[in-house]
Amino acid sequence: MLALDIPPNPLGLLAELTHRCPLGCPYCSNPLALDPRADELDSATWARVFREAAGLGVLQVHLSGGEPAARRDLADIVKAAREAGLYSNLITSAVGLTPQTLHALADAGLDHVQISIQDSEQKSADHIAGYDGASARKRALAAEVVKLGLPLTVNMVVHRANISRIEAMVELALALGAARVEIAHVQYYGWALKNRAALMPSLSQVEQAVRQVEVLRAKHHGRIVIDAVVPDYYARFPKPCVGGWGRRSLNVTPAGRVLPCHAAEVIPGLEFWTVREHSLADIWRSSPAFMAFRGTDWMQEPCKSCSRREQDFGGCRCQAFLIAGDARAADPVCHLSPHHALVEQLAAVREEVPYSYRHS
Amino acid sequence: MAQVSDISHPRLPRGVRLTHNEAQGGWILLAPERVFKADAIAHEILKRCTGEASVAQIVDDLAMTFNAPRERIHADVVKLLATLADKKLLEL
Repeated sequence: MLALDIPPNPLGLLAELTHRCPLGCPYCSNPLALDPRADELDSATWARVFREAAGLGVLQVHLSGGEPAARRDLADIVKAAREAGLYSNLITSAVGLTPQTLHALADAGLDHVQISIQDSEQKSADHIAGYDGASARKRALAAEVVKLGLPLTVNMVVHRANISRIEAMVELALALGAARVEIAHVQYYGWALKNRAALMPSLSQVEQAVRQVEVLRAKHHGRIVIDAVVPDYYARFPKPCVGGWGRRSLNVTPAGRVLPCHAAEVIPGLEFWTVREHSLADIWRSSPAFMAFRGTDWMQEPCKSCSRREQDFGGCRCQAFLIAGDARAADPVCHLSPHHALVEQLAAVREEVPYSYRHS
Repeated sequence: MAQVSDISHPRLPRGVRLTHNEAQGGWILLAPERVFKADAIAHEILKRCTGEASVAQIVDDLAMTFNAPRERIHADVVKLLATLADKKLLEL
């Protein structure tokens, strides 16, 4: 193999510690088929995975789920991340995470906390989460995070029910003491795909939201960092999904399967290796799933000869499969895709139907 | 740009850490959702930002350790610290 073919070092590891979660958000990024508790990796295995990740060049580990606090051994896992030299980011719903546990995590070396907030209006927030009282608990835990001196990010997933309140949501993040807020438009995979018609905003709502984020960025410059995840059904070019397949990051499921992105299991025929049987370095370099769409050799037209092929890598492979029916096709979100009209048709399907809540 | 005074005691805030990673080829400054490579000079400056030494003391120490002109070191230190403070990666 030429030196050019050696994959770069990954920077980030998304560790899905469990798929268990008290909330039922209808846009949950977990797969429809959740890993059962009995299959979850133990903390000693996670510690080995973290050491192997650091050896591969990973710098940051995102401790996610489900709700990571559903695991009793979370402090041991945080400690293992610290000992491996990784920067640890806890991605939590804040429901089921007690102040006592949070203190233990801070003592174990936790670096950063990200709390999801469903809406600035508490009643709507609890409805979206499918959990009465969730909003109040989140606000209380955010205060504890700030009190401990840990940096706080607030993550707000945006969709039709809350898209008109972006300004209020950013104000809330500021009031909670967050240094950073993510305005993340729903990405349609897993549970969100199932609920697409109930979640999808209109084009004019999305345009207004994008403008508003720009205004808020200028207004709050120096007080809070606003990061935005774009609503890609209305985009002209696709997103460089996970920074390119097998280029920047890895995702480990609760049961130990290693995926190039959290949704990759929807693509039929991919062979995923598990940390129970292989080292992370072997998986990164040689597992069939990571090799499948790495680089540009797998591409078809219009991606193959496109000047943006090293910029967006043809977009998202999962979305290509889900909408165009072919994981090697251009992401249909791209206006150059022959399937682009399908995306417009799908975005036009907006129905006032009850959410199909995610359930554990 | 943030103002860097000789008497301030710079330190990395909670959530910002300097780490060494062999596979990434050296020292890295880690922050929420962000990573920065620190070259040899940046590393020498940053490892002294513990909140104990003042900017003047850090500059003296570097000038002595590397036997280099104090004014030049002072300019390098002030530039780096101001850049990092603007990004909220350093407390002055």
